[in-house]
Amino acid sequence: MNTVPAATAAPVVSLADVGLSYGKTRALERVTLDLPSGCMVGLIGPDGVGKSSLLSLVAGARMIQTGSVTVLGGDMADAAHRRAACPRIAYMPQGLGKNLYPTLSVFENVDFFARLFGQGRAERERRIAELLARTGLEPFAGRPAGKLSGGMKQKLGLCCALIHDPDLLILDEPTTGVDPLSRRQFWELIDTIRAGRPGMSVVVATAYMEEAARFDWLVAMDAGCVLATGAPADLLAQTGAATLDEAFIALLPEEKRKLHHAVVIAPRDAETHAEIAIEAEGLTMRFDDFVAVDRVSFRIQRGEIFGFLGSNGCGKSTTMKMLTGLLAASEGRARLFGAEVDPRDMRVRQRVGYMSQAFSLYSELTVAQNLDLHARLFQLPPENSPARVAEMAERFDLAAVMDALPDALPLGLRQRLSLAVALIHAPEILILDEPTSGVDPIARDGLWQILVDLSRRDGVTIFISTHFMNEAQRCDRISLMHAGRVLVSDTPAAIVAQRGSATLEDAFIGYLEEAIGEAGAPPQPSPAAPQPAAGAVAAPHEVRRLFDPRRMLSYTRREALELRRDPIRATLALVGSLLLMFVIGYGINFDVEKLSFAVLDHDRSLASSDYALGMAGSRYFVETAPIADYADLDRRMRRGELALAIEIPPGFGRDLARGRPVQVAAWIDGAMPQRAETVQGYVQGLHGAWLTQKMRLLLGEDAASASFRIETRYRYNPNIESLVAMVPAVIPLLLMMIPAMLAALSVVREKELGSIINLYVTPVTRFEFLLGKQLPYVALALVNALLLTLFAVFVFRVPFTGDLLAFATAAFVYVVAATAMGLLISSFMTSQIAAIFGTTILTLLPATQFSGMTDPVSSLQGVGALVGRIYPTAHFMTISRGTFSKGLGFGDLGGSFVPLLIAVPVLLGIATLLLKKQAR
Amino acid sequence: MRPANILHLGIKEIRGLLRDTTLLVLIVYSFTLAIYSQTKAVPETLNRAAIAIVDEDRSPLSSRIVTAFYPPYFTPPRVITATEMDRRMDAGLDTFALDIPPNFQRDLLAGRKPVIQLNIDATRMTQAFSGNVYIQNIVGAEIMEFSQRARGAAASPVELVQRLRFNPELNKGWFGAVMNVVLSITMLSIVLTGAALIREREHGTIEHLLAMPVTPFEIMTSKVWSMGLVVLAASALSLIVVVQGLLGVPIEGSIPLFLLGAALLLFATTSLGIFLASIAGSMPQFGLLLMMVLLPLQMLSGGMTPRESMPEIVQTIMLAAPNTHFVILAQAVLFRGAGLDVVWPQLLALIGIGAALFTVSLRRFRRFLR
Repeated sequence: MNTVPAATAAPVVSLADVGLSYGKTRALERVTLDLPSGCMVGLIGPDGVGKSSLLSLVAGARMIQTGSVTVLGGDMADAAHRRAACPRIAYMPQGLGKNLYPTLSVFENVDFFARLFGQGRAERERRIAELLARTGLEPFAGRPAGKLSGGMKQKLGLCCALIHDPDLLILDEPTTGVDPLSRRQFWELIDTIRAGRPGMSVVVATAYMEEAARFDWLVAMDAGCVLATGAPADLLAQTGAATLDEAFIALLPEEKRKLHHAVVIAPRDAETHAEIAIEAEGLTMRFDDFVAVDRVSFRIQRGEIFGFLGSNGCGKSTTMKMLTGLLAASEGRARLFGAEVDPRDMRVRQRVGYMSQAFSLYSELTVAQNLDLHARLFQLPPENSPARVAEMAERFDLAAVMDALPDALPLGLRQRLSLAVALIHAPEILILDEPTSGVDPIARDGLWQILVDLSRRDGVTIFISTHFMNEAQRCDRISLMHAGRVLVSDTPAAIVAQRGSATLEDAFIGYLEEAIGEAGAPPQPSPAAPQPAAGAVAAPHEVRRLFDPRRMLSYTRREALELRRDPIRATLALVGSLLLMFVIGYGINFDVEKLSFAVLDHDRSLASSDYALGMAGSRYFVETAPIADYADLDRRMRRGELALAIEIPPGFGRDLARGRPVQVAAWIDGAMPQRAETVQGYVQGLHGAWLTQKMRLLLGEDAASASFRIETRYRYNPNIESLVAMVPAVIPLLLMMIPAMLAALSVVREKELGSIINLYVTPVTRFEFLLGKQLPYVALALVNALLLTLFAVFVFRVPFTGDLLAFATAAFVYVVAATAMGLLISSFMTSQIAAIFGTTILTLLPATQFSGMTDPVSSLQGVGALVGRIYPTAHFMTISRGTFSKGLGFGDLGGSFVPLLIAVPVLLGIATLLLKKQAR
Repeated sequence: MRPANILHLGIKEIRGLLRDTTLLVLIVYSFTLAIYSQTKAVPETLNRAAIAIVDEDRSPLSSRIVTAFYPPYFTPPRVITATEMDRRMDAGLDTFALDIPPNFQRDLLAGRKPVIQLNIDATRMTQAFSGNVYIQNIVGAEIMEFSQRARGAAASPVELVQRLRFNPELNKGWFGAVMNVVLSITMLSIVLTGAALIREREHGTIEHLLAMPVTPFEIMTSKVWSMGLVVLAASALSLIVVVQGLLGVPIEGSIPLFLLGAALLLFATTSLGIFLASIAGSMPQFGLLLMMVLLPLQMLSGGMTPRESMPEIVQTIMLAAPNTHFVILAQAVLFRGAGLDVVWPQLLALIGIGAALFTVSLRRFRRFLR
């Protein structure tokens, strides 16, 4: 924090009357604020006060609702300015590695961003090498981002943010969930970078007041409003407080401040509580070849508050889960009150209250419903349960919000609810996984007071994990974990004394450095690292282009890499479609045989049995036992035993011989109309054949033979094989469904998991984004098309008679349309479930029902006919059948190519228009 | 196992679903609009089959034949030339092309047995067979009538009277509507349980549940009954309001018996949904698996084409699918008015398949929770 803002410099960010709401929730309340340029500005305050909202507005990631936001001298409401400014802004959103791609390696992640900013190969390589060297990530360049520790993820996020030499760096809680050592390294890194680029402004949101104390200028926020601004020293002076935590509390409005009470911790009476509540002995947890927890042992006495410290992913949560019996340990033993933990024993869970890291109660249930559900699950006697719910509501001050949904509550209240739920069954042991992360100082102290009371008054043993040093200090004993091992375990004072350091944080950093040193530490970022030549030269920013193939291909490359890293998805797509072709190709056959039939013969003459024989002798029908009477006929038809019943009237033989007209009745089961139609056809044919034969016998050859003949020619498929008819129709169906599903999910997944933010804050345009993501799926679909065609020709032996080039061209255009269809669906879907559902409905139905697969489009009516006329599958179906079975080429099928070619730009165009370049 | 837990967890599932607008919209859509529009769009019997006639005779008889084809079975026939015929059939415009040769009437009356050529686009399998029969009959009847008048020959001594039971007009919509209900039941039950489970895992709420004194069996059973109940209620409403009411399909049999079958089907398909979710690592994988399961269930269960038309091996394999039995049951109960005495084998089969799927899923689910 070596540079002090020049008072004269124009503000880098200036907000006037900025308001923001999410539905009914008010996130920002008419904020007016100027942030000085060229220095380190910190936004402080707990979660949910509007810090992130404010930063996302400044970064241009979120649409401005009211007021004006001026960044780098231009209005962020203006799309042209946003386009011009975004290469100068870098934004690292909240959440560990939120905008990174977990399956991509460290290098590939940075490379993706470099390409998005249109950097050439040489420049990219130079910059990436430099950044990785400076952040100490060089040795891990090939490791997937998802496998990095929290601290390393954040460093990687920083590399990605700094790749294009921004003038404004926006960091949203970059160190939340990171161990103290990584945190310190992170800030040192920021300092060296700022030293190299003195003009750069940095805006940071943080929940750690210790960090904020080192910034140049602070903005304290609460409930969507700015409480105060100024240098840390000014804030302290203004409030007369010793620490920023206290200063922040002092700045809060009176009605909130008065709720605050300093936490009072009564000394623990170790004598009366010598009983061991929790005991771990060599606990080990292995996931495949990865050791998450490595021989952890400790003992916790009844009523003790035991703290667990360590970075995210160091094994804290896993250890806690093994202790509660949520996970069975690979090795070692855990005992609760002397009894070994058995994960299958429900009684253990009755004695333990567990509050997990993230808020994991049901957001779809109200506060009261959540409490009630848990009371029931923990088998509280029904007569006591309402009283207990009321008691918890009273104790945790939830009575006023009993009917509210948790999502509508501030984080502090939600955590109180979580705690209330964890305590509803009065457990003897309470396990809390980072209960206070992101909670404001007042609520945090309130929560701690409750914990202390539970421990001291009720003798509840509390096992808690935290990132905050001042909280660690309140514990009776603490353990520091790193990479699955416990480094040290003692009282806070003893640890500080042992290490001989000034603070608990320093002591921990000491232990961490020691532990990492043994394991081969990442090289410390040396201040003498290659100095930012780039900063001095300040690479001229790319000429802004509306379409830049490099940006598009950056997305293509990334998507292709992700697809390659998830071989299950690609394999499912390819193997699955072949499987489905088999299923449909072999399964559907319109040539029905062996239908059951029986005769109700009232005549029982030679002639009648001759007639019946005519039916039974064909390959279409299989005769079953004769029908006794009408009741029997009715019963057997109702049972579905008979597809056809022939009723021969009394006197059939006699009347026939005398040439009197007779009627034979054919009863057909019409429940399944398609089958009934086939039966109808067969019966008529067989009846006709029998007649001809009879006539011939009666009247002689000449007179009987028909006076004309209809010669039927089954064209294109002379043997009328179902496979030949079906396979060319199945290919279009499969090439629609699967590519559309994959493309739709690829976009919606980014929306759901958060990496869509990269679309919002980098220069990539919506069209480049969509097209870039589409290409790998087009390629995959083409492979799919090739496989399906090869199988059709060589396995199913469906003759290919037409122009292969015409088929291939059409297939290409068609899969582009199919993936575009998926993108269109994705542009208005926000969750993956909805996308799966929507894609199924919007592809399966039109493709199977309205595209001429079974019933020709020309025979459809109403909506179906309209869909059949414009839906791409219908046209590709015509081309596929034409080229496969009819021996056609481009010339004959031109009419079907046109709608396909129109579909592609129309679908992509609508998708581009519907996709948002900013969050709303 | 505590039934109370299963009850309360299930109520929680239903409450959650009620707040999920997307899923609610999809449920309503699948059981109303989807069924209605599909049923309306599917042609009734042989409907508006595209036919063209090459009339090289231009005699009174040939024009009689031309006028004998009319909607709804056929489109008004287009009279074309022989050269046009090939082009139009290639483009898939006509499914049938009838070629009446020159001097047909003269040759017929002279007893020279002229030949009419009927070209059928055999890539259109659905219309090819039934259309052929219709056309043969229509042409035959016209010629017969014509020549009888000309020669005064006797009528055919034996007449075949066809009586179609359960669906006298062979209205495909009746059958289609019910099969669409079956498809919606299958799709929704798999998606509601499967996708919801994956989402719960992605959002970490499953983990929370495990900290409580509930067993995987209770969690799974609660999902099965709650989602099953929702789909069952929706399908009952759909059957009564949409299928019987709006579409006017006469239901002959017992709706409660149908719903009993549906409940058993749901037992099997909701278990299947959980199974798929527990083997799919992510939502995209689940989406693909869903397609791969749903399509065969729809195409091969006998709801789209008769089971008799499938190869033996496919018929046998599909006996393991719950839908096959349910489609048989639905046809028997709803159209033929069959009772418990008839469909008990299907009910037993559904129970057996459901129990097997549930057991396998529960085993997978336990592992999934680790």
